[in-house]
Amino acid sequence: MGKFRLITKGLVKENPTFVLLLGMCPTLATTTSAINGMGMGLATMFVLVLSNMAISATAPYIPDKVRIPAYIVIIAAFVTVLQFIMQAYTPAMYETLGLFIPLIVVNCIVLGRAEAFANKNSVIDSACDGLGIGLGFTMSLTILGLVREILGSGSVFGFKFIEGDGILAFVLAPGAFLALAYLIVIFRKITRMN
Amino acid sequence: MVLCLGIICLVSSAVLAGVYALTKEPIAAAAAAKTNNAITQVVPAYDGEPEAASIEAGGQQYDYYIVKKDGEVAGYAITASATGFGGPVTVMVGVTADGTVYNTSVLSQSETPGLGAKCTEPEFADQFKNLDPASVKLAVTKDGGDIDAITASTITSRAYVGAVNNALAVYRAIVEGSTPDVSTGATVPAADGQDAEECQTQQSK
Repeated sequence: MGKFRLITKGLVKENPTFVLLLGMCPTLATTTSAINGMGMGLATMFVLVLSNMAISATAPYIPDKVRIPAYIVIIAAFVTVLQFIMQAYTPAMYETLGLFIPLIVVNCIVLGRAEAFANKNSVIDSACDGLGIGLGFTMSLTILGLVREILGSGSVFGFKFIEGDGILAFVLAPGAFLALAYLIVIFRKITRMN
Repeated sequence: MVLCLGIICLVSSAVLAGVYALTKEPIAAAAAAKTNNAITQVVPAYDGEPEAASIEAGGQQYDYYIVKKDGEVAGYAITASATGFGGPVTVMVGVTADGTVYNTSVLSQSETPGLGAKCTEPEFADQFKNLDPASVKLAVTKDGGDIDAITASTITSRAYVGAVNNALAVYRAIVEGSTPDVSTGATVPAADGQDAEECQTQQSK
C-alpha cells in the first residue's frame, strides 16, 4: 500500500469516528466547540504518530506476553510529554481539555492502531498510518464540534453570528449523541454514493 | 520478559524526566503570566511588582496580592473559591484600599459550557465591577440579593457571589487583622443569604 493511501484511508475508509466508531468517549465529551474538538484531535494525533513509530520500532524485541503493558507504558510516556508541552505553551487549551488529555492513554484508537497496525509494519508506514488516522480523528472531531457550536452557541470557531443562545441542548451531552448520530448517517450516505 | 518491561519503563521515565526539566520553566512562566494578567485586570493601575502574601482563615490558606501606587496600598487581589455546579469556582477579586470591589476575574471553573460557564462573560461578571459592598446586597436576586443570576445557572451564580463574599471576608481580615468569617460553600441558599446579611451588618458597624 502506498504511503499516500495509508494516510487517506484514515480520513474516509477507516475514519475512526464515523466508520470504526472508536474513541467515542473523548469524541462526545470534548466537542462542545470546533476549536476544542480540533485541539483534542491534534493532541491524539501527536500521541498516535509517535506511539505508532515507537511501538513499530520496539515490537520485534517485546515478548508477546508483556506486549500490552509495554504498549501502555510507551503510550503513557508520550501522553505525559504532551501534557507537559501543552501546559507550557497552550495553557488555555490544556485547561479546557483537562481530564481528557491524560485519558488519551486508554483511548482505544491509539492502542487499536498499535495492535492492528504498528506491531507488524515498518516505522515509516506506522507513522503514515498514525498520521492518517489522527487526521481523520481531528477532522471528525472538528466537524462534530463545529455542528454543535453552530447549533448550540450560534458561533463558528468562537465568532458569534447570532445574538443570544442557540439550542443549548447541542452543547450539552444529549446534543453530542444526536449530532454524532446524524453526522454518521450523512457520512455513510456520502461514502456509499461514491 | 521482566527485563524487557523494565527497560521500557526505564527509557520512558528517562525521556519524561528530560521533557519535565525542559518544560518546567515555561510552565511556571505560563502560570505566572496568567496570575499577573488576572491581577492587572482586577485592581486599579499600580506600579512595581504585586506583593504576594497569604492569610489563614478557618483552617484554610488564602493567597492574595498587595499592589501599591506611589508607596500607598492601591488594592488587594484576593483569590477565593466556592463550590459551583461542576466543581469549585475560583475567582480573583480585586478590592481597592477603601473596600470597594474593583473587578473580578475567574481563575478556574468547570461549569457546564453554555450555561454556568457564562460566568466569565461580561454580562454577568460586570455586575461586580466597581461594586460597593455597603450599598449592594451580595446575593443573587432569588435569595433576595441584588445580583442577577445567569439564566438557568443559579448554582454557578451563587458560587460566584459566594466566592466574592469570601474574598471580602478575607479583605476585612487583612485590613482589621482579625480572623475572617469565611463560609466554605455557597450552594446552600440559606447559608448564602446569612453570609450576605453578616456582610451587611459588618459593613455597617
